[in-house]
Amino acid sequence: MPQSRCVDGNEAAALVAHRLSDVCAIYPITPASPMGELADAWSAAGRPNLWGAVPRVVEMQSEAGAAGTLHGALTKGALATTFTASQGLLLMLPNLYKIAGELTPAVVHVAARALATHALSIFGDHSDVMAARGTGWAMLCASDVQECHDFSLLAHAVTLRTRVPFLHFFDGFRTSHEVARIDLLDDEDLRALVRDEDVLAHRARGLTPERPVLRGTAQNPDVFFQAREASNPFYDAVPDAVQEAMDELAGRTGRAYHLVDYHGAPDAERVVVVMGSAAGALAEAVDSLAAAGERVGVVTVRLYRPFPTQALLAALPPTVRRVAVLDRVKEPGAPAEPLHLDVALAVMSSGRPITVTGGRYGLGSKEFTPRDAAAVFSDLAREDATPRFTVGIVDDVTGLSLPRDPDFAVPATSTQAVFFGLGSDGTVGATKSSVKIIGESTELHAQGYFVYDSKKSGSVTVSHLRFGPTPIRSTYLIDQADFVACHQFSLLERMAVLDVARPGATVLLNAPFPADEVWDRLPREVQQIAVDKGLHLFTVDARAVAREVGLGSRINTVMQPCFFALSGVLPAGDAIDLVKAAVSKTYGRRGRSVVERNHAAIDRALDAMHEVALGTVTSTSSMRHELPTAAPDFVRDVTALMLAGKGDLLPVSALPVDGTFPTATARWEKRGLADEIPVWDPSLCIDCGKCAIVCPHAAIRMKAYPPEALAALGESGEVLLSKPVVGRDLPTGSLLTVQVAPDDCTGCGICVDICPARSKTVAKHKAIDLMPAAEHREIERPRYEAFLALPEIDRSAVRHETVKGSQLLQPLFEFSGACSGCGETPYLKLLTQLFGDRMIVANATGCSSIYGGNLPTTPWSANAAGRGPAWSNSLFEDNAEFGLGMRLAADAQRAEARSLAAALAPAVGSELVEALLAEPDLQDEVGVARQRELVADLRASLAGVVGPEADRLASLADAFIPSSVWIVGGDGWAYDIGFGGLDHVLSCGENVNVLVLDTEVYSNTGGQASKSTPRGATAKFASDGKGTRKKDLGLLAQAYGDVYVAQIALGANETQTVRSLLEAAAHDGPSLVIAYSTCIAHGIEMSTSMSHQKKAVASGYWPLYRYHPSPEAGTHPFSLDSKAPSIPLSEFRDSETRFAVLARTDPERAAALDRLAQADVDERWHYYEQLGGVERTVPAAEGEQER
Amino acid sequence: MTDRLHTRYLGLDLCSPLVASPSPLTGSLDSLLRLEDSGIGAVVLPSLFEEEAEGEPLLLLDRMEAGAGVVGEAAEYFPDVDLDHLGLDRHLLLVQEASARLSVPVIASLNGTSAGGWVRYARELVGAGARALELNMYDVAADPKRSSADVEAAYLTLVRDVCDSVDVPVAVKLSPFVTSLANFAAQVVAAGAAGLVLFNRFYQPDLDVATLDVTARLELSHPSELRLPLRWIGILRPQLAATSLALTSGVATGTDVAKGLLAGADVVMSTSELLRSGPERVRALSDELLVWMNEGEYTTVDQLRGSVSQGAAADPTAYERAQYQRVLASWRG
Repeated sequence: MPQSRCVDGNEAAALVAHRLSDVCAIYPITPASPMGELADAWSAAGRPNLWGAVPRVVEMQSEAGAAGTLHGALTKGALATTFTASQGLLLMLPNLYKIAGELTPAVVHVAARALATHALSIFGDHSDVMAARGTGWAMLCASDVQECHDFSLLAHAVTLRTRVPFLHFFDGFRTSHEVARIDLLDDEDLRALVRDEDVLAHRARGLTPERPVLRGTAQNPDVFFQAREASNPFYDAVPDAVQEAMDELAGRTGRAYHLVDYHGAPDAERVVVVMGSAAGALAEAVDSLAAAGERVGVVTVRLYRPFPTQALLAALPPTVRRVAVLDRVKEPGAPAEPLHLDVALAVMSSGRPITVTGGRYGLGSKEFTPRDAAAVFSDLAREDATPRFTVGIVDDVTGLSLPRDPDFAVPATSTQAVFFGLGSDGTVGATKSSVKIIGESTELHAQGYFVYDSKKSGSVTVSHLRFGPTPIRSTYLIDQADFVACHQFSLLERMAVLDVARPGATVLLNAPFPADEVWDRLPREVQQIAVDKGLHLFTVDARAVAREVGLGSRINTVMQPCFFALSGVLPAGDAIDLVKAAVSKTYGRRGRSVVERNHAAIDRALDAMHEVALGTVTSTSSMRHELPTAAPDFVRDVTALMLAGKGDLLPVSALPVDGTFPTATARWEKRGLADEIPVWDPSLCIDCGKCAIVCPHAAIRMKAYPPEALAALGESGEVLLSKPVVGRDLPTGSLLTVQVAPDDCTGCGICVDICPARSKTVAKHKAIDLMPAAEHREIERPRYEAFLALPEIDRSAVRHETVKGSQLLQPLFEFSGACSGCGETPYLKLLTQLFGDRMIVANATGCSSIYGGNLPTTPWSANAAGRGPAWSNSLFEDNAEFGLGMRLAADAQRAEARSLAAALAPAVGSELVEALLAEPDLQDEVGVARQRELVADLRASLAGVVGPEADRLASLADAFIPSSVWIVGGDGWAYDIGFGGLDHVLSCGENVNVLVLDTEVYSNTGGQASKSTPRGATAKFASDGKGTRKKDLGLLAQAYGDVYVAQIALGANETQTVRSLLEAAAHDGPSLVIAYSTCIAHGIEMSTSMSHQKKAVASGYWPLYRYHPSPEAGTHPFSLDSKAPSIPLSEFRDSETRFAVLARTDPERAAALDRLAQADVDERWHYYEQLGGVERTVPAAEGEQER
Repeated sequence: MTDRLHTRYLGLDLCSPLVASPSPLTGSLDSLLRLEDSGIGAVVLPSLFEEEAEGEPLLLLDRMEAGAGVVGEAAEYFPDVDLDHLGLDRHLLLVQEASARLSVPVIASLNGTSAGGWVRYARELVGAGARALELNMYDVAADPKRSSADVEAAYLTLVRDVCDSVDVPVAVKLSPFVTSLANFAAQVVAAGAAGLVLFNRFYQPDLDVATLDVTARLELSHPSELRLPLRWIGILRPQLAATSLALTSGVATGTDVAKGLLAGADVVMSTSELLRSGPERVRALSDELLVWMNEGEYTTVDQLRGSVSQGAAADPTAYERAQYQRVLASWRG
């Protein structure tokens, strides 16, 4: 019997790939990252490949780098692989052509994902692999997790047999992240298919000076074409070789695959051709329809390149009259999508009387269900079958979408359970564990799939679990659950949790109330649905149990046994034992107390669970639905549906045609995440502004205003707290208010931690304290409303360079979905306070583009005049160049505007033009305000001028207003994938500002090491602790001489931070600001993350400095802004998990790296101190432009 | 090392009366070996704190799982690594390695927080190879509802429970803050303790006047701190003739060691001096002791031990009130 295990598609593929590789060149990208992570972890743990050697796994600076390394390893005769998706695959394309052109055996495993077009999508479709179909790589598509495993072997085996490299791909998320039970291939299976002679032949082709050859020539028109055709026989041999390997695999495992597989009625008239996971949903629909007598079937294409024309035609029953081809890709402007074209050509070549239609489905992981499949079959049955269509959406613009029968459903072949939780409560982990328990400890098949929202704080997760006696083909979300668990009671108020329950389903609630109170606590809508569906309700106070056993808020091992008890999937005793065993396995390497406390929780769980009798629908509480009426139309009509989890219902017409969305939308969400919120005590406040400047979510605001402004609010203003302003910066009598946004605060506590103002009599009482939100939210809501109604301060009336002054300016970045306590967002918020109404942002892909630009809402905001940051994200790798383009465009527009204005001066008024051309500095608030008035005057004047020049000038009038281009991104971008571009942009001398939010790790993709990762830190791809020191990006930039460079840490020195940003913006040339950004990937207490930065600076780990280029002779551009290290580095590092982990996995290595790290700090400080004495002058001849 | 320094402590034969008490020096195999090479008589490993053993894994788990299962892009933010050197396991590994590599006795120290924890972890430490245990009994009796009798009774129960559950000798490191120390010491011995260590030095809170935070800090001991344990060793020696006594705190010179022995200590423990000067300081202390012994024509440690205890001192009352007066007088002078 083969060994069975529950794994996801990524692991299924990696399990084979790692065993069949000498070299893995990797780079993180969703959803393929886990394959590289696993390969790295296995090699770090010394797991060998099939031949006894530990594969060398190397992280590169980009996918382009990984592909180059792959190419090199292959060229030397190694067995090499990589793992990627989406943009990563695109970056590999040049090498893919080379590798194929040189007939080099290789496999790239792809978790297929959408390409960024009108928007980025991390989700699955075939855009990426279809973009690679011209590279000359064979393409093999797995439809489910078992196939991921099997096809990995086929790909590795056949590439060696045929010399044609293979892209092995499967659907991102739906397959890559689906956990399912599979039968594992053992080493003998691998050995049987990967023949020694093929491996040796590949090795023999490797470059060696002992048998020198030349590969990679440049060829002239005389022979290039012929040489290109010379490889044809190798491609011709691929289909048979794949089938031969498939047959060998079938002989060993019983799992029979074909180049294309047909499933359905033998006498089918209507057939759908598809590739990928949709085959599962289609097969279910076919079975259901065929059982009802319909002559339908589905063809699943497994080998896509070389396209198996004959196999396809042979698979189509002779009775087929109509074929619909489904493509998971959109090729705008093409006569048809790729698979459609291929099939149509194949059918045409056969001369068979078959009509071929085609449609798009599933872009960006849009669900594809049996209902969608039935819609396609239904359309095919029409005389005038739609030649080109879409399915799964409502296209009310071009009318391409097929109508779906809402009542169509296939009979469930498995028991279905859905678990609602918050990301932080372990629901996903527990469900994965349950899948493994069922799949690995019973005869049942099991499947788990997990859905997340786009927030990094307060994220809701929905886990879908199926189990049953037969293999599970349902490749779509559950909508008729036999069991529903809600792991957070508050979710019942926020989302329609019970919609997914089938009538009579069992529902388990985690409720912080006695069982006899639970019914009355339910929102009315929930009571109604429970009664209507006749649900069986159970409740457990999981948090109370968890607390009793010392597990804090970790409720998952309380909920899990309750699920097993209620679902009856296992005898109760067995389930308890298995859950305990799973805990021991999962946490056994994480300390005995963790295991013991979880076991205690499991033992107590069932006793704490109680049935809740259905009562009458009497509740007075309701679910939260409506957005405020003040919300803009777009927010109410479109955003609101997305927020309610009903975005799937939006028709095509509701969405922008080009991916352009309004800003200032996060303010309408009102997520109410915090259990505790800060409450202000004006009697203690010293006006320092620290609480506001560190707030990651702009949920602590500060305003100063004249008393008359308060009076003008009338009654609504009476609730506001205020105090007289301290100091002489503002007019005497001015009032100050510090206010929390009670529904937007995440309760991270950073503001309270940083607040220096303590009560003289009770030291624990500060000017802001965290208080229970349940008691204070209602009090703070009207205060916040009144606060918003207060006027914003005159920007010219405050000193921007002070912490307090900067915090009196309106933030135009607010309420992001970043992690609670995020270290990046305060910098962005501060930028918008300083320059928000005049800044353009080029944002590299990463955390900041996700919390900044992932729908449904955006934190980038606008002021009352409608002005605010204009934001765009291009890619991960090109952000510096993207920003430079913006700068060049702005400069070109400005130049043209000046020229036109000068030419049109007689018409619009020479005085006006002269004033306009005087152009104020970016930070001249009075001047900028005046300039905006002048621009308005110009527009007014131009309205009376006829002619193309006037029209052009009107279109360019904004160019007279100074703008600041900010190029923003993380260290993965700046240090690694985007460094080449960043370096070039810094060298150009243009007036761009670069802000690097340096978390020292790839945060967004899950904590992989970057070149910014410090020595000794444990990270993914550096699981044995990074051995090399962090790259000194600032020093590299300083080498240019004319680049302003600052290294800042807001929590350590707010004033230096503010000053650096102002100086960077003012510097007429490139500037680079490297901002220390605490991150959950550091493993620190996030509520103290800002004060923790003081240790980073005090230990010399993160020196603060500014390099301020000057054309004046004899200046010292480099100034150290922090004091010499006053505490040992260990005092900083010991408090961070990223360093502490290594001491607990490999103490000797940890100690050695700690010593080196201290030496790094000492050496660098010594070097920086010397830099402070270096004179440097930016050479610039008078009047000469450096270009 | 000469046999002249031989002593017995907790029933163990020691080549020297100098014992390294718990500190970072006894927390690494490297420095333990250096201590042994320098002639230490025994080593007491750093305390296993039950809170640490229980809490560290949970804290690390929380930190490593922060953000896990929250977004689709990142299942978690730390690699899946084996934490073999975590909390309790790390400590037990040290006990095992030290016991295996050192020829001098390795004594494990324990600070529990729960009744079950004391016994359980005591067994773990003994199972890992500890030749004896030192119970680091200390909590701040800040609960006004608990009387001194309650506190002492609880201590005695713990001592009894631990002594009953392990088959190695147990020493109890006492707090000086006991109303009737002589009485309590006798009860601890009656409860099964084979030895007493005088005294525990505790982290004392300090205040940061800039931030108004309460901070914890431990200063290295000052030679003047020798006086307190010296007095009580002298007093207890005749009262507890069969009990091992260890003096700790303020031992900086060979003369200090001699004082401890004269008062009646079986061993004299040093932490601060070794931390200040390194493990090799042990040899100098021994040499200083030998010089002093030579000058006094003492041939063995056994000979001089307790020779100036309260039972043997020319003026026994000097260990009590009279000593106080004399100190004051000397100041005036």
